[in-house]
Amino acid sequence: MSIILILTPLLAAFAILAGVGKAKLIAMIAATSNLALGLCTVFCWRASTWDFSWEVLSKPSIHLSLGFYDGMSLVMVILSVIVLFTAVMSGKCPEGREKLWYSSILFIGAGGLGAFLSTDLFFFYAFHELALIPTFLMIGILGSGDRKNAAWKITIYLALGSIVLLAGLIWLVSASGSETWLFDDLLASSISQDAQTGIAALLIVGFGVLISLFPFHSWAAPAYASSPAPVAMLHAGVLKKFGLYGLIRLYPMVSNGMQAWLVWLIILLLCNILWVGFVTINQKRLDMILGNSSVMHMGYIFLAFAALIEAGSFEANPLAKPAAVVLMFAHGISIALLFMLTDTIRRKTGTVELAELGGLANAAPRLAFLFGLAGMASIGLPGLANFSGEVLVFLSGFNSFDGECLGYVQTATILALWGVVISAVYMLRAYRQTFQGTPVSHTSSEHVKDLGPFCQIPAGILAISLLIVGLYPNSLLQFLEEPEVVTSETEQASK
Amino acid sequence: MESLPWLILGLPLLTAAAIHLGLKKRQSLSALVSTCSAAVTLVLTVVIILKGSDLTGSFTWASIPGFDGIEVGYELNQLSRGMMLVVAGVGFLVHLFSLAYMKDDSALARYFCGLSLFMFSMTGIVLANNFIMMFMFWELVGLSSYLLIGHWYQKDSAADASKKAFLTNRIGDFGFMIGILILWGITGSFTFNGISEFFANAGHSEAVMPSMTMFSAAILLIFMGAMGKSAQAPLHVWLPDAMEGPTPVSALIHAATMVAAGVFMMVRFFSAVGMETLDSIWGPDVIAWIGAITSLLAALMATQQDDIKKILAYSTLSQLGYMVMAVGLLDPEAGMFHLFTHAWFKALLFLGSGAVIFACHHEQNIWKMGGLKKTMPITFLTFGIGTIALCGVPGTAGFFSKEHILESAAHSGQWLLFGIAALVACLTTFYMFRLFFVAFLGSPRSDHAGHAKEVGPLMSAPLIVLSVMAIFSGYQFLGGKIAPLYKPFEFHPDAPAFIASISAVLIGLFLAWKLYGNTENDPLENKGIFKHFRNKFYIDEAYAKLVGYGQDTLAAFIHFFDELIINGFIVDGFSRAAGGFGRIFGRLQSGNLQGYAILFGIGVLLVIYLTVFVS
Repeated sequence: MSIILILTPLLAAFAILAGVGKAKLIAMIAATSNLALGLCTVFCWRASTWDFSWEVLSKPSIHLSLGFYDGMSLVMVILSVIVLFTAVMSGKCPEGREKLWYSSILFIGAGGLGAFLSTDLFFFYAFHELALIPTFLMIGILGSGDRKNAAWKITIYLALGSIVLLAGLIWLVSASGSETWLFDDLLASSISQDAQTGIAALLIVGFGVLISLFPFHSWAAPAYASSPAPVAMLHAGVLKKFGLYGLIRLYPMVSNGMQAWLVWLIILLLCNILWVGFVTINQKRLDMILGNSSVMHMGYIFLAFAALIEAGSFEANPLAKPAAVVLMFAHGISIALLFMLTDTIRRKTGTVELAELGGLANAAPRLAFLFGLAGMASIGLPGLANFSGEVLVFLSGFNSFDGECLGYVQTATILALWGVVISAVYMLRAYRQTFQGTPVSHTSSEHVKDLGPFCQIPAGILAISLLIVGLYPNSLLQFLEEPEVVTSETEQASK
Repeated sequence: MESLPWLILGLPLLTAAAIHLGLKKRQSLSALVSTCSAAVTLVLTVVIILKGSDLTGSFTWASIPGFDGIEVGYELNQLSRGMMLVVAGVGFLVHLFSLAYMKDDSALARYFCGLSLFMFSMTGIVLANNFIMMFMFWELVGLSSYLLIGHWYQKDSAADASKKAFLTNRIGDFGFMIGILILWGITGSFTFNGISEFFANAGHSEAVMPSMTMFSAAILLIFMGAMGKSAQAPLHVWLPDAMEGPTPVSALIHAATMVAAGVFMMVRFFSAVGMETLDSIWGPDVIAWIGAITSLLAALMATQQDDIKKILAYSTLSQLGYMVMAVGLLDPEAGMFHLFTHAWFKALLFLGSGAVIFACHHEQNIWKMGGLKKTMPITFLTFGIGTIALCGVPGTAGFFSKEHILESAAHSGQWLLFGIAALVACLTTFYMFRLFFVAFLGSPRSDHAGHAKEVGPLMSAPLIVLSVMAIFSGYQFLGGKIAPLYKPFEFHPDAPAFIASISAVLIGLFLAWKLYGNTENDPLENKGIFKHFRNKFYIDEAYAKLVGYGQDTLAAFIHFFDELIINGFIVDGFSRAAGGFGRIFGRLQSGNLQGYAILFGIGVLLVIYLTVFVS
């Protein structure tokens, strides 16, 4: 079943490249069926009636398998199918580039899904690489503004980050002495303290670059600003979570090694929140604000990770992992919605410069409402998904607090909370500049039409997801309660 | 019965959702649905009050194995029942008033949707049985306030005011959340019951008692939330600006209910902790002083405002400071009782000012009114009742509650606080009668005021109901039954509190009559120290500078460094580090993207190679 989730977009992308039919139609069918399948999985996974594992290749010393490793994979898969569907539905493909446009989107989606469904380190890495290649091409070829430079920058950064990560992974496998690259085997083995420390550093830097951890963050905002809407949605919404997912997934293997870098990580994550937060305040363009805000909010997920490192294991801080997972989901959905609507604003008014916008709510009330909802979600308004994640992150930071004196993580949590004010400052400013006040000529109702139904469907799906998780976070948390499920096929494969 | 509170909570949310999703196009139907929902809420609240039984109910909102989970639940006791009545009562009357006041607005549906959303959020605060839930609804009232202040978002001033309100509240909430987290660390609980149990047990053995410094810090941080919502100095700047919203909104949210939520929250918190524990730490003293300072500053500023709503807004600030002072003096009954009476007469005054503004074609400057006594007799009478209630003239509800606060200040032995409270009482009478004399007496000073006509029954009915409450809600037979907390009044003609309050009223009234009894313009305008009152002690300007020069310059500076160092220096460093790497793949550095795509392919191949042949 999991292989179908990956193969659907993958095969559809190849079909589009081969020119089988209308690119847009194929992409929409693939994305829709994937969405249906993904949501279907939610119920079946709960009931454990279906077996999702799939053995792809079985040679001596290398076993590759796919499946839902645990609830975290499931949540990330739900995120991916939702964002993939909405990404296919949004943006405007330039005439004549349908093949590149839609196949790239599907490749990126397939890569993301593959990474989250891999229960083997090889596929985990390889699928992510698969997703990055079309990302670079899309930005470089179909992007807007300063696309060449933006594409070049993201490529150099992520390529180097991936190489560092790869070095870390190879070291991890060789130090563990494991015969295979399977998560289970790696988890079962033990790694010496020295090696753990080194591996942990490589993983933090490698994954960190991919997640835009300070000071490796400056690729993100220009890349998102230049990329076509679906790519920004998929990268910021889904692919960026790959790094965090990876850190949490691999954490038990190097838990002792991570300890050594706790203080450094805390400093960097605070820079993500506060430093980048101030950088965001000073932005003058809507897309740059969103790009930087997405960098900033990664800091909160890192904060949950820092709380996890401080505690030493998932059990010692039961809040950390669920907090990170809920916030990853919430951020993915909200940033996708924001990028989608920003692209709509760009197409309707011809600009995303704050100084040139104003009063857009008059002509486009639905657009204003949805943007407001997504913006409020991203600044952590209760009732919307991001708050559920953030409050759990803050609680996880204070989980070990005894009421007497504040430790590193508690101090970091307090400082990070100021970020909640910062994000409100830039988001409300942006909203104020874009939607409120008096309309100017290109934002007036003669010039601008409100969102049509074709845009409302994907936006509505994202908005409803934000509301469901925000009003009742147990809807996501229930998947994380299950003990790690290892299906029989994976076990056989590893024997 | 157990599901009744859920209904009270859920109904306004459903209404708001229904209006937004289905009724947007049908303006008057939305208004009607929303008003009916408010009426039902009021009826249900009355049912709950009549039953008078304590109820609890909850479900788990976020459950995680190994963690207690976060609950969403209600706890009905005398405090929350009484507060609920204030919310539902004023809420319904404001809905009614709005039907007439807003009838020509082009976005009526959006307005009523916002009102219903507010009713939902405020009910959540009142019912909440734990701090996390309270925080959630705390922020949601902030949202509804943001939406309603910015109802006329096309106006720059309204859009800016709504933003300012939200951001100032966010600063308060920053502290609030830290306070909740620290308190959780100390007591291990978010629920008021859990906190109460912890301190009940902790009192018996020294060992369990937490660090008192940490606990004081937690109290003050939680109080920061109240400072934001209840607009205490130095976070008071948003409330006067919030008057940009429609006047009924000011009556409901920015006078009677939401701004009082800070006081309500502190009372709820302090009741859970217990007064004995609080008596031994310094945190509450700070709170009392912040309340006193706010009430004095705001009263001084109110004496020199010309906008009728601004005068009332500063008066609200000042009265909130009173309540906060009482809470800080560990007399929650007094603070809560004043909240209760104040809600009625301040809502009355705001709705009265709404009627005046409506009749004068949106003229808000009191110096352009005058002579409304003859043309608007009902408004004149009810506004007069509100004024004497606010001044604390004996016989009105305001007298009883103000007496309690003065008494608790006298009892505490902090005579400086008592002096401030008495001075504020005097100033209150002064600025309220200044407003009253200038706006209602004399002869009309503008055409709008000259052509003013009495408002219709939809607007005057709420005024009449509220003026009944403004007088009688202080008495035992009414207030004793429905007030959130009630303290019977004992008459001591020689008590300092009584003497002070009577003389304050007399002096204030005398001065107001002398200066404003018959005048065409303000004799104090721009004279000496009064200039500073008019300019609100330049606090708003100072903040604007702080944001402009502080935050924005810092942001620009950091952005510059980000570009320069991180982007320039480190990226360059990266490129140099990549130099060796580049020599190997030299051809790929030529700037062609496909080259890098190939590099990624090589990466994958490398993994396969290493896995298969090396390990």
